[in-house]
Amino acid sequence: MSSHILSLLIFIPAAGALLMLIGHRFISGNEASEDSGKTADFHKWIAAVFTGFQLLLSVWLWLSYVPNGGIQFQEHHAWIQSFNIEYFLGVDGLSLPLIVLTALLSFIGVVSSWNIKKSVLGYFSLLLLLDTAMMGVFCSLDFFLFYVFWELMLLPMYFLIGIWGGPQRMYAAIKFFLYTLLGSVLMLLAMLALYFYTEPHSFNLIAMIQSGAAIRDTFWGMDIRMLIFVALFIGFAIKVPIVPFHTWLPLAHVEAPTAVSVILAGVLLKMGTYGLLRINYPLLPDQVYIFAWSIALLGVINIIWGALNAIAQIDLKKMVAYSSVSHMGYVLLGMAAVVSTSAAGSQAGINGAVMQMFNHGTITAMLFLLVGVIYEKVHHRYIFFPKDYKDPELAGKLAFGGLAGQLPIYSGFVALAFFAGLGLPALSGFISEAMCFIGGFSVFRTLTIIGTLGILLNAIYFLRSYMHIFLGPVSNAYKGLKDMNGRELLTIVPLAIIVIALGVYPKLMLDVISPTMNSLIKLVQSMAMMVGIN
Amino acid sequence: MTPTLMFALAILFLPLLSFAFQIFFGSKIGRAAHWFSLAALGVTLSLALSFFANIFITPGYALLDVSAVWFSSGSFTVELGIYIDNIAAVMLVVVSTISFLVHIYSTEYMRGDPRYTRYFGYLGLFTFSMNGIVLANSLLMMYVFWELVGISSYLLIGFWFEKQSAASAGMKAFLTNRVGDIGMFIGILLLFMQLGTFNIQAIAEQVEFGAFDGTGLLLTIAGIMVFMGAIGKSAQFPLHIWLPDAMEGPTPVSALIHAATMVAAGVYMTVRIFAFLTPAALEFVAVIGGITALMAAIIAITQVDIKRVLAYSTVSQLGYMVMALGVGAFQAGFFHLTTHAMFKACLFLASGSVIHSMHHALHKIDDHSTDPQDMRNMGGLRKKMPITYISMVVASLSISGIPFFTGFLSKDAILAGTLAYYHLHHGWTIFLPISGFGAAIITAFYMFRLIFMTFHGEPARKDIHEHLHETPGAMTTPLIILSVLSLAFVFTIPSTVNPFNSQGWFTSAIHTGENFAGLDMEVVGEALHHAHEPAMMISLTVAALGILAALLFYLFKVVDVEKLTRRVNKLGLYNLSFHKFYIDEIYDAVLYRPFFWYTKVVAKFDWELYDQKFIDWWGWLTLKISDWSGYSDYTWLDQKVVDGFGKATRYFGKELRLSQSGVIQNYILGGVIGILSIFILFQAF
Amino acid sequence: MDNLHSYLIISSILFSLGLFGVMTRRNGVAVLMGIELILNAANLNFVAFNRFGGMAELDGQVFGIFIIVLAAAEAAVALAIIINLFKNHETVNIDSADQMKG
Repeated sequence: MSSHILSLLIFIPAAGALLMLIGHRFISGNEASEDSGKTADFHKWIAAVFTGFQLLLSVWLWLSYVPNGGIQFQEHHAWIQSFNIEYFLGVDGLSLPLIVLTALLSFIGVVSSWNIKKSVLGYFSLLLLLDTAMMGVFCSLDFFLFYVFWELMLLPMYFLIGIWGGPQRMYAAIKFFLYTLLGSVLMLLAMLALYFYTEPHSFNLIAMIQSGAAIRDTFWGMDIRMLIFVALFIGFAIKVPIVPFHTWLPLAHVEAPTAVSVILAGVLLKMGTYGLLRINYPLLPDQVYIFAWSIALLGVINIIWGALNAIAQIDLKKMVAYSSVSHMGYVLLGMAAVVSTSAAGSQAGINGAVMQMFNHGTITAMLFLLVGVIYEKVHHRYIFFPKDYKDPELAGKLAFGGLAGQLPIYSGFVALAFFAGLGLPALSGFISEAMCFIGGFSVFRTLTIIGTLGILLNAIYFLRSYMHIFLGPVSNAYKGLKDMNGRELLTIVPLAIIVIALGVYPKLMLDVISPTMNSLIKLVQSMAMMVGIN
Repeated sequence: MTPTLMFALAILFLPLLSFAFQIFFGSKIGRAAHWFSLAALGVTLSLALSFFANIFITPGYALLDVSAVWFSSGSFTVELGIYIDNIAAVMLVVVSTISFLVHIYSTEYMRGDPRYTRYFGYLGLFTFSMNGIVLANSLLMMYVFWELVGISSYLLIGFWFEKQSAASAGMKAFLTNRVGDIGMFIGILLLFMQLGTFNIQAIAEQVEFGAFDGTGLLLTIAGIMVFMGAIGKSAQFPLHIWLPDAMEGPTPVSALIHAATMVAAGVYMTVRIFAFLTPAALEFVAVIGGITALMAAIIAITQVDIKRVLAYSTVSQLGYMVMALGVGAFQAGFFHLTTHAMFKACLFLASGSVIHSMHHALHKIDDHSTDPQDMRNMGGLRKKMPITYISMVVASLSISGIPFFTGFLSKDAILAGTLAYYHLHHGWTIFLPISGFGAAIITAFYMFRLIFMTFHGEPARKDIHEHLHETPGAMTTPLIILSVLSLAFVFTIPSTVNPFNSQGWFTSAIHTGENFAGLDMEVVGEALHHAHEPAMMISLTVAALGILAALLFYLFKVVDVEKLTRRVNKLGLYNLSFHKFYIDEIYDAVLYRPFFWYTKVVAKFDWELYDQKFIDWWGWLTLKISDWSGYSDYTWLDQKVVDGFGKATRYFGKELRLSQSGVIQNYILGGVIGILSIFILFQAF
Repeated sequence: MDNLHSYLIISSILFSLGLFGVMTRRNGVAVLMGIELILNAANLNFVAFNRFGGMAELDGQVFGIFIIVLAAAEAAVALAIIINLFKNHETVNIDSADQMKG
């Protein structure tokens, strides 16, 4: 099994989706009617079982991964031989945490979607297809394969937002789709450029580390290496999203159904930074040196801008969405530290960035799930109602307040998630944020000092919204509200455990990722030297 | 694992265990669950006392100095470690004692609260975090626990979260602290980047061996940055605003966190980093402390809420401690931390006792509008609550700096320090002794104002007075213990019996601090020695003056306070004090409002302008272009050009058709003409 | 008179008369007669060129005979067409055969 575990991981969900489509015919008979309860249950359970199995596999992968063993579980087959395209999969310390994260959030996404009513078959099969695509992105080591999965992801996402989303779903879905597609186009160009400039022509990301160093050309007077870097960077930046390419995010997050928001924020955003670390860094290390300051600057802008926007939001979900923008800024700041001359600084930065990717995935997933829980109960998410709300009387009645007394378990978990979000020590966010700052500070002092304002700004919006929703006098509208049920707890508790465990004992994660990331730092630094001298 | 380490870990984790127990099982067990917390804290206290005993057996050595790797990525390593020296051992006793007493006290004070067990859980969390700060051997670890005390403080201030004011106060405390924490974090980063370590001892060592060359400007900045954390946590000007609001929490919490321990954590941290604070940084520290001490004391004069008086008194006393460290009076600063913890906890718990009693009385007469904390509703409580009264008087005498009480010993040393500092530096540094003695006279005044307004005179409200009772034993016992600990002999006997000599076992146990960053402690020590006697004279005089004034104003009512107030207020002085120098209002106008307005603008810009206008403009543009290209494609290219060919062909076909007459002769004629024309053409050329 | 020119002039006159007949006459038979004239003008040319062109063989005469045969065949076919035209239209006026008119 171990030789094909990655293929299994990728295609299990797709198989599940296929089984759903086939099974649907058998169970519902020939009448192509609306989903009956029976078929709906069938689809849910298929989705849960397949993603659950995938999760178990990914945990097994984590356990059998050897931290110092380089790229493992490789699968290497020719695919389209005339263009030297390969089916090349592999796992290292960079992708492993994200693979586990993907499997975990997919499973949680399925469980949290249990109450979906509209077209159950379509929803769950698209969710599983999305799962396949995401897993494929993180496992691929061939750029073409990577690109195929990258694009495959868009399709289910588009429908999931566009069909099962909120009131503005079509607008959000189209915006998301087009924006991301713009990035894909740039990425495609860069990919083809890399393909044609390397000798022999190849999409193999590992082989290109060596052959890519030899690329020398100019295009309209501009260095081709720089052009490729920028094109890839913008492509990935849209996904992260880096300010100013970020405005698709709040809308898409707010309109998407809970599970999709969870996956969008938890996994999809990481693909941007993952792509940068997987492709830009090893392939164009000299450009990393040229752009490091800009990346750090963008990181700091992300931190501050995202936080300022989050403070101003009155919609809880939008606030959480903007907090993602802010939190991804830490990743960028940490990543920029790769150029640090101090070994401790660069290691803290890069490892912190990868940890922050994982930690943000779990924390933001918790946040979105919790927002979903309250939305399902009370059907609104206003931290405070807007002044021009269409029905002021209703707004006055429905305004949140004092929920901590009504929903002790729920508010406890929200507190945990908020505290994790604002970087409280002993919770996972603190470790990675601190490491990103330490890394950033070793190179970009002023920028990092400005960035530390994020520590305060993040606390402001989390605590303010917590106060408005959970503290203060109890609102009469919410007396007798039921606390979280077992299914909701099942989605939250594992994430809460991870958040605490990684906050108290970050070694669990760091030992797995640091060998890979340290060798990436060495690679970038030495290759940059080599390319620079030539 | 040595027993010492095990004990230290037990001190750290027992309170955490209490927290976990209360959170997970507390609500199922109910009131009896407090026994678990009491037991855990009792063990913690006894272990802390065992460490404390050890400092006399092996003085001068760290009892415990261990580190273990927390996480590492190869070159970047973060260690967690425990460092217990005499200072940490004393601090552990202070924290554990007060925490234990507050636990006992709370069993009565919080009786019947719907979240009774949760409260004990939070207390456990706090004690755990506070012990973490005390035991930490590295700045990063200290920062970790620094944040954790922040969050436990947040939870406890907002414990009665149904009160909007309590909820806001918790948030204010946390956010204000974070401002300081940012500075502290930057300072830690600076030191780490320069020295490659977070370990406090290692930093001090490297500084000693000249890691920072030249002017030491960077070290000064780093020191001030780290000290920013203390400005936040110890409620120093300009971040002191959160502490008075924090009185919204239950009173035992105020005693534990906001008087005795957490707010002293800033001072403790400054003590810890004292070794590598440069003279310039210390000057900054001293000025901050001086401003805080005087300003807070002035505010305390006019407050009418019993807890607010004590809150500002705490701010003022913390200013003293900080100022002491700033002027190099290391021993005095830490000594005052310890003595202050005892008498201020006593004062808070006593005020809690009064409030508790008032609360019950108000409940009995079914009055829900009267504020049980307002001193104007009290008066004459002396007879009804004798134990509370006596312990409060003892603590007040102590804080006012009267001989035979602990406050005298430590405060006197601090004042000597400021005087010595002036002797050494002259010039503007006169501000420090002025602030010190000025605050001393005011302290004596407002403390006895509090005593007289609360316990003496005629009861302000007879109806309430009737129902007042002394509080139960669980509440009075801690008061008695703490007031005994406020007596000077506890800290001097058996070394000395002279009430004017502060050089007891305590001071010899904590030694004089070391400084490797350029401050010559011997010179400071010498100056201190010389300043000791004049300082004592002045401080005795001012304390007496302060108490006398209070006696005249509030007990014998020789001076009409109302009239005096009106007169003073002609200059706006009364209002200035009553409204806390308008600092909250200024912050509100200058910081909060503009800031939130600014975030609104940012969000509006981000969404309504940038996204909706600029980003969507691209969509609009694309649509326009595609509209236009679609239009030109169909209407122009297809309809005009392509169809044009067809139309032209048809037209010409139609016209040419007419030539097809069907008359063969015409065709022949045409042919002939054609041939002839060809001939003619060929002939022509 | 014994030179090529006089033959060619007679031939041209003959051709022109034939062409005139073909183009002006409405009667189909008359048109046919015009065609005969044209053919014979051509015939005359062949024979004349053979005679004066210095050719040893009798190629021109052979062509002349061919054309006479062809004229006979053509007359037969054309008369058949005209008869058919007359059968259908009861006239030999060729203007009535204008079905191909545009």
